[in-house]
Amino acid sequence: MKKLIIAGREFESRLFLGTGKFMSNELMEQSIVASGTEMVTVAMKRIELGDQEDDMLKHIVHPNIQLLPNTSGVRNAEEAIFAAQMAREAFGTNWLKLEIHPDPRYLLPDSVETLKATEELAKMGFIVLPYCQADPTLCKHLEEAGAAAVMPLGAPIGTNKGLQTRDFLRIIIEQATVPVVVDAGIGAPSHAAEAMEMGADACLVNTAIAVAGNPVEMAIAFKEAVIAGRRAFEAGLGAVSNSFEAEASSPLTAFLS
Amino acid sequence: MFSEELEKISWEETSEAILSKTEADVQRALGKEHCDVDDFMALISPAAAPFLEPMARLSKKYTEERFGKTISLFIPLYLTNSCTNSCVYCGFHVSNPMKRTILTFEEMENEYKAIKKLGPFENLLLVTGENPAKAGVDYIAKALDIAKPYFSNLKIEVMPLKAEEYKALTEHGLNGVICFQETYHKANYNIYHPRGMKADFEWRVNGFDRMGQAGVHSIGMGVLIGLEKEWRTDLTMLAYHLRYLQKHYWRTKYSVNFPRMCPSENGGFQPNVVMTDKELAQLTFAMRIFDHDVDISFSTREPAYIRDNMAGLGVTTMSAGSKTDPGGYYSYPQQLEQFHVTDERAAADVEAALRKMGVEPVWKDWDASFDLIGK
Repeated sequence: MKKLIIAGREFESRLFLGTGKFMSNELMEQSIVASGTEMVTVAMKRIELGDQEDDMLKHIVHPNIQLLPNTSGVRNAEEAIFAAQMAREAFGTNWLKLEIHPDPRYLLPDSVETLKATEELAKMGFIVLPYCQADPTLCKHLEEAGAAAVMPLGAPIGTNKGLQTRDFLRIIIEQATVPVVVDAGIGAPSHAAEAMEMGADACLVNTAIAVAGNPVEMAIAFKEAVIAGRRAFEAGLGAVSNSFEAEASSPLTAFLS
Repeated sequence: MFSEELEKISWEETSEAILSKTEADVQRALGKEHCDVDDFMALISPAAAPFLEPMARLSKKYTEERFGKTISLFIPLYLTNSCTNSCVYCGFHVSNPMKRTILTFEEMENEYKAIKKLGPFENLLLVTGENPAKAGVDYIAKALDIAKPYFSNLKIEVMPLKAEEYKALTEHGLNGVICFQETYHKANYNIYHPRGMKADFEWRVNGFDRMGQAGVHSIGMGVLIGLEKEWRTDLTMLAYHLRYLQKHYWRTKYSVNFPRMCPSENGGFQPNVVMTDKELAQLTFAMRIFDHDVDISFSTREPAYIRDNMAGLGVTTMSAGSKTDPGGYYSYPQQLEQFHVTDERAAADVEAALRKMGVEPVWKDWDASFDLIGK
């Protein structure tokens, strides 16, 4: 299988993990290890910045894992830029998951502010991975603004509803010149496999693992689903029976014979 | 730039891959809603020939979904046959001893007026040879200025320009650019285009990037069928090129052309391959199944019965009533043509024939006032 490359860094694993909603930090760490992930997001608002002994952080930091601080909680571009600078200082990384949701109910990303912030942050040297609507035009704008990848949603955060936006994700994947990471809404390994079969470059999963009956087993299931989906995409999927077989009453190509 | 992408694709391996496609590959492609270039290769391969009828049905379905039962009509005007290139297959090549004409601005306007009498044309294509000293960007800009009051959509088919030149022409009302790569086989390209500025393969193939960078609204691409024996490979390269452009210049609308060269009757260039009607139909259907949105254009090089029957099955744009000599509509009606027009019907007859096939001819689908927005 091909390696995933984002901003020049290679990843063996195409599964990214979010770190919220786990029952305990120990369980979170076991799930991270079991999933084989190499990219883990961490909400700045959850961490005691400046505290090297922060318990959550201690369970995340790992030599093989790229830490992806996220700006979850900010409501506009200005706040996001401020949060990003703090994250850079606190975590010593310029990688950033940009998340701006002024709406506290559905946590839907603000397209206008996200685009503004992406442009600014890219100029400031951040490796920006914006969480965004599954809007193909917006994704092209984000790409042009300097995003290192785009992270369109499959369904509203935490709903576990799967790829409700599949028609738009397909267009985004087709048009993108940067990696596409399907984020939010992936509730079952089959959803992740579907995204990967479509050609998504990676999936980000959080809730589905964190709230599973057995998060560690679920992490393994997602790991395998992502690998299976990617392998299928690279191998080329087989035929789907289509209505083209139906015979027309008078042939359209009769004029050629 | 696309030339770098093209270098990574092996012509030989692509040709082999096309010929080794099987019935199963074709069925897989037909079962997909969105095909990739590999599927396109299956659809144009000999293995797909028995699937012509199901391909026609699918192509018709996608065409109607995206374009409805319509055909957009345009008319070309040759501004000059003066050319410094020596394309071995072209009637206008530099060493052909013929009278050269560069329309004066007054003659141009007469042509525009004459065209308007042929039909309610709003889509005009201005064509020149490559002679930047005598008919360069300034000349083209002036031609656009004069055409503007008569037509709402102006395209050019001229030598490849610099990005800033394309940009400058949009200020003069340019809506689209058509440029034929002719062939993507670099070694043979150099044989067909031995001298003149057109001999520079990279300059031509990267011209599409420059159009995209300049924000040209509509880009027309093309392969001349008859140059390369392995036309399927040539079209596959065009498919890669189309996907590349769509990815990078996503605000632009694309059209494709693959005219068949006619055998020369007077000892001139003989095509290296003759594509049959069935092969042309298969290619057209394959292109539509591969890309539901791309404009597929058929010129008057194709015979009337092919144009009429293919309208609605995949083709979406056609020229009509075309003259391929400079000033052919009014000023110099008897000059030497660049290529022989096979469908010689008047525009009104083409219109009537299309209606009879249940297809609506569309003369205008752009308004020049849109060009003023934001200026």
